[in-house]
Amino acid sequence: MLAPQVEIMLVAALAGAACALPGVFLFLRRMALVGDAISHAILFGIVVTFLIVRDLRSPWLLIGAAGTGVLTAVAVDALRRTGRVKEDAALGLVFPALFSLGVVGIARGVGNIHLDLDAVLLGELAFAPFDRLIWGGWDLGPRGAWVMGGLLLLNLTLILVFYKEWTLSTFDPDLAEIFGFRPAVLHYLLMGMTALTVVAAFDVAGVVLVVAMLVVPPATAALLTDRLAHMLGLSVLLGLGIALGGYGLAYALDLSIAGSMATVGGILFVLVFLGAPGQGLIAQARQAARQRQHLAQQMLVIHLLSHEGTEAEYEENCLKTLPLHLRWDPAFAAQVIQRAERVGWVVREGELLRLTEAGRRAAREIIGSNGGMIPLSR
Amino acid sequence: MGFAFWLDPTFRLVAVGSALIGAVGGVLGTFALLRRQSLLGDAMSHAALPGIVLAFLLAGSRDLPLLLAGASLSAWLGALLVVLITHRSRIRPDAALGLVLSVFFGFGIVLLTVAQRQPTAAQAGLERFLFGQAAMMLRRDVEGIALATVLILVVVLLLWKEFKVLAFDPAFAAAIGLPVMALDVLLTTLIVLAIALGLHAVGVVLMSAVLVAPAAAARQWTHRLERMVILAGGFGALSGVLGTLLSSWIGRLPTGPMIALCASGIALFSLLFAPHRGLIWTAKSPGGKRDAGPSG
Repeated sequence: MLAPQVEIMLVAALAGAACALPGVFLFLRRMALVGDAISHAILFGIVVTFLIVRDLRSPWLLIGAAGTGVLTAVAVDALRRTGRVKEDAALGLVFPALFSLGVVGIARGVGNIHLDLDAVLLGELAFAPFDRLIWGGWDLGPRGAWVMGGLLLLNLTLILVFYKEWTLSTFDPDLAEIFGFRPAVLHYLLMGMTALTVVAAFDVAGVVLVVAMLVVPPATAALLTDRLAHMLGLSVLLGLGIALGGYGLAYALDLSIAGSMATVGGILFVLVFLGAPGQGLIAQARQAARQRQHLAQQMLVIHLLSHEGTEAEYEENCLKTLPLHLRWDPAFAAQVIQRAERVGWVVREGELLRLTEAGRRAAREIIGSNGGMIPLSR
Repeated sequence: MGFAFWLDPTFRLVAVGSALIGAVGGVLGTFALLRRQSLLGDAMSHAALPGIVLAFLLAGSRDLPLLLAGASLSAWLGALLVVLITHRSRIRPDAALGLVLSVFFGFGIVLLTVAQRQPTAAQAGLERFLFGQAAMMLRRDVEGIALATVLILVVVLLLWKEFKVLAFDPAFAAAIGLPVMALDVLLTTLIVLAIALGLHAVGVVLMSAVLVAPAAAARQWTHRLERMVILAGGFGALSGVLGTLLSSWIGRLPTGPMIALCASGIALFSLLFAPHRGLIWTAKSPGGKRDAGPSG
């Protein structure tokens, strides 16, 4: 038997990885909020099942919840496919209706028994080590690890088998239909797999963790790569990382485990959002600055060329007046001139800035590529 | 039973409050629907949790206006992040909403574990604050709702053209020099305000219904934004009154869910029976699906 801490981490990591896989497809299909929607909608299934079996610990409640999860996914998709509403509105129509029916069911059917039916599936990771799978007298470890491990394997297998079909029907459903891929069937399979994973993970790890693991790893991975296969792999890794990092935080500061994992996921996303190569905010700002520099240098050489050899040259192409004529901040102008000198486009002659042969050629090339028009530089 | 409840001041108060929330939800939901942000209500109501717990932790009491302020502030911050993420990355609105929802709510849960270490018992059921009860509406609440309704409607009227362009073609809006991000922030702020109004009155999940269902219903009846906004407002108000009516008529039915179910019913009816776009209508006319026009 492993230490309870290790077992919690194992269950969380498996749940994170199992959720991150369908999460990627949901992200690409603009249905990232399916997890949250299902988390509210299952109240309906739980209430209906409870009214039949009248036992809060019955395994049928889980089955009722899973059934409602699949029903939600299918109803949302059917609604979307009518073409009358978009994905987000379809979600927003289905789950509040099911949740309301659930609340009404509690009020009418259960009445003053006063049960927290909405808390039936609120699994708590801290208790995962106490729920053990025992088979033939052998303690096989926490049940949650087996459930989530099994679902992870199932999801991996399905994705490997239907990789081509799901990829095409995600990015181009029309083409998939022309190829005879039956996107509806494929989609229901994907949604069924998602609903099953989500509901099982609710039971094991709680809603907070599941909704976070469905959204945060895929969205973070999308900022780091363009390729679907990489996105899937990266999402699983991020899911694992968030689970372990979050547990570390919760353990160190004695906080809610699932909440800490969601928080760590958020921190990770912010870091990537700022620092991702190519798409991060920092990279965007640097690229914008580079483009501004590039444009400014082009403007500089064109300006110099258009006044070269004219009477106004000493007035126009003078180091002191350039910022004024080009409407540049003096510090920015100094920077642009310095860089233009470094690439060998301009040289200083006292107060005058002169084009080199290379600079002249560059300016003519730019003007040429602008259709021969000399841009107004003043 | 009879119709005596029409004369009951409590009933009328709740009906008026619910109708106003429904109307505002319908009007703003129209813009949210067209911008694929229907689930903003859902996301913002979850994003309110850390604000509620922080307000409690800082003040040490469960003062209602204070908790409401914390909730609105934190939901608003979340909404700003959604705007920032969608404007500055390839992440689409649904995932941005999901990110904010799950991370804020998770952080709220973390703060709750901190709050639970407080020696007082006052923190018990802080998260229950998110599930309101319309039947508990007071005269003061309804007055506040009415004031906010007028304010929101005036802003929408004043910025009608700008919001219209933003809803249909943000790229064009940017090209003609509109401050797209500022408008987006303003529109989102209005929606957060409406959610804060409805949060305590009808509760989290039901506020999503009020934002989505009337707008989705109205979309089926018209292609014009003017009519859609008016229809959605009307459907929302109707849901508010009908829901209150049903809950006090039949008894033992919570008001919030009944309002949501009425709105859902109107949406379902519209999806099926609206002329030109309704599923029954298009199934009967040859080539009908083509008449339906774009979704959303």
